[in-house]
Amino acid sequence: MYGFGIIRGLGVTLRHFLATYVDDLRWFFGRIGGNGGRYYNAEALAVRQGPKARGIFTVQYPEEKLTLPEEFRFLPFLIYDVDETGKQEDRCTSCGICAKVCPPQCIWIERSNDPVSGRPIPQPTEFYIDVDICMNCGLCAEYCPFDAIKMDHDYELATFDRMSHHIFDKARLSQPASYYASIRPTNNAREEEARAAKEAAKEAKAAKAEAA
Amino acid sequence: MTETQTAAPPSERLEEQFPGVVTRDERPGYSGYLVPVDSLLDVARAARDRLGYDYLSSVTGVDYFPDNKMEVVYHVYRTTGGPGLVFKTQVPRDDSVVPSLYSIYPGVDFQEREAWDLLGVRFSGHPDLRRILMWEGFAGHPLRKDWKEAYFEEEAKPFKNRWPEGKVYRIEDKLPVGKNAVFPEGFDPERWIPETDAALYAGLIHVDDGGNRGSSPERSGGDGHSIGTDQIVVNLGPQHPSTHGVFRLVVSLDGETIVDLKPVMGYLHRNHEKIGERNTFLMNMPFTDRLDYFCSMGNNFGYALAVEKLMGIKPPERAEYIRIIMAELTRIVNHLATIGFLLNDLGAFFTPVIYAFGERELILDVFEAVSGSRMMCNYFRFGGLARDLPEGVLETISDLVNERLPRRIDEIDAYITNNEIVRTRGIGVGVLTRDRAIALSAAGPVLRASGVAYDVRRAEPYGIYDRFDFDVAVRTHGDIYDRYLIRLDEMRQSLRILQQAVRDIPGGEIQTGKAQYQVRVPAGESYGRVENPKGELGFYVISTGKPNPWRYHVRAPSFINLTGMAEMCRGYKVADVVATLGSIDIVLGEVDR
Repeated sequence: MYGFGIIRGLGVTLRHFLATYVDDLRWFFGRIGGNGGRYYNAEALAVRQGPKARGIFTVQYPEEKLTLPEEFRFLPFLIYDVDETGKQEDRCTSCGICAKVCPPQCIWIERSNDPVSGRPIPQPTEFYIDVDICMNCGLCAEYCPFDAIKMDHDYELATFDRMSHHIFDKARLSQPASYYASIRPTNNAREEEARAAKEAAKEAKAAKAEAA
Repeated sequence: MTETQTAAPPSERLEEQFPGVVTRDERPGYSGYLVPVDSLLDVARAARDRLGYDYLSSVTGVDYFPDNKMEVVYHVYRTTGGPGLVFKTQVPRDDSVVPSLYSIYPGVDFQEREAWDLLGVRFSGHPDLRRILMWEGFAGHPLRKDWKEAYFEEEAKPFKNRWPEGKVYRIEDKLPVGKNAVFPEGFDPERWIPETDAALYAGLIHVDDGGNRGSSPERSGGDGHSIGTDQIVVNLGPQHPSTHGVFRLVVSLDGETIVDLKPVMGYLHRNHEKIGERNTFLMNMPFTDRLDYFCSMGNNFGYALAVEKLMGIKPPERAEYIRIIMAELTRIVNHLATIGFLLNDLGAFFTPVIYAFGERELILDVFEAVSGSRMMCNYFRFGGLARDLPEGVLETISDLVNERLPRRIDEIDAYITNNEIVRTRGIGVGVLTRDRAIALSAAGPVLRASGVAYDVRRAEPYGIYDRFDFDVAVRTHGDIYDRYLIRLDEMRQSLRILQQAVRDIPGGEIQTGKAQYQVRVPAGESYGRVENPKGELGFYVISTGKPNPWRYHVRAPSFINLTGMAEMCRGYKVADVVATLGSIDIVLGEVDR
């Protein structure tokens, strides 16, 4: 029959249309049980964005936000460690690998020199990233041998003036190690473990050398 | 790993056919044949007619600046499968004129224009040799090694002033608007009248009506039954919602019927290849994401293959499986989007797209979890991958490919396939015949919808595709409807591959050797090609042993598929142009590069 294909197709549309309301009702009755409804509810959002999703899948941004996977990358940031006395120490040694690997060449690093001897010391005086040029590829974080530069999860970076705000300096880029641990717990744990193992190996070697 | 350049018997026959004329390319790391420019046409004709290499994949030039030579490289294949044939011809750089192969392989049309535009190789006998990606107010041929842009920093990356001095500056402060372009001598952009449009319009077929129709209102439709029509030129685009980006189609119409059509592109051109030749090998990986931004995993795959061939390494077993999984998920993402947008072009505004994007979203979540980015994945590395699958991702993929996606693809099938409007708009419209599809170098779904069972995954398997059980989807009519159906078929075949891959994936390493940011790539050439969702994507890479590639060329399927656009549209109505373009499935990031 001519037109049957269209009617059958419209049946699919109708099913999609109803699915949203059925899902709404499910969460509505759930709400009486105290779980908070289809929207503005982390549990419902996870279902709505997962492989079991039914009906409309929009997110009510900015009230609702997607949960970011750990590997999500946006702009790079620099990590500093804080010791017991509260002293901050940059992990960056200004070796320049990130600046060399950066595809659009958006990283500028100024190496520190010892004021007395004039010899370079492993600390950056300044560290700039032109975020207009950065292509968010994550190669800097991937090849940093000191886990000093990592990719951030913060994506809400709109500013009023790109001319004066979009070259990030070291102060703007730096974040404590605890922040890194909070956004990438698995990666951080793995790297901490590797570093601890390296330290232990180094100590064992030193002890062996001392004994000999 | 594929072995394109193994000395197969047919290639030897090329030497026998032209004793003393055709010589083997003996440069270390190179393969194929060197052909004198005078006998190029004869050799190409013999390759096609006597040796059966009917499908021309890629034409490009290489500027050997130190030797003062310009080389043009041709890659031809058989549509029945198997390794290809590479032949090259060398001409002096200052006066580089090469006969056009247009009469033998009409598919060279846009590729030769591109080589003229970017490298300044003049193809004698080409019917319409104009610039294609650049505009007429552009000085020089940018891929020539001695060409430098207005603000030239350094020959190759990494730039020396980034470290350790690192005095930051903004490039636009050094290069204000007005000084950031160089024009040819005597060219004033303010006074320029685009003569090229006249040339463009003149290049269109014009039906000579002898002044009988449309010239005066009395004569038009004078018999009272038919309406007299006039031949007019209409520009669709550059800004038009149906062109999927900034893209222009110049259509010559007789009434509503299309007489001829020419695509105009280059509005998004950024000279990807020049950027690539400045970059180190690894730096190009995230740039390939930006070619066909729907299929960044597939682009990564092609580039990784090309460089791995040069380096002579292979990824470990687990990485091979993950690569296949990602490439096939990409195919599903792309085809879902294509079907959705094709329906948009047919007038079913956004409901099919939303359904398709709902599923695409779930796959993009997988990409985000493994690579960190939904579309600009940058996930492949030479000899492996950037990182292993995070915990739980394989289960999600398994859920998707075994449970959800098969049902959703069936749903789309039920939703659209028998829709009478889709059938009426699609069946018998925009036809590209089998022979013309091969001749015009159409690739991917466009080629297979015309009845050619040519799929690089089968014709010349790469990665570990030879281990999977799947069929090459083929449809025979070559119309819009078949190009829609073939995408459904391909998604189903992709699901089959995915189900096998998810079932069989082994544990283990994901990187051969240590991950390095400065890879050592031995001198030589290689052509890595993959069956990307839009067609055959090829990367032609030449290394001189330095950290940067000497030549980096992309055989872009969207770009080359457009060669057949005029053929598909002639004789149909102007409203079908939009649907035909939608069925070819282009992405302007790849067309314009």
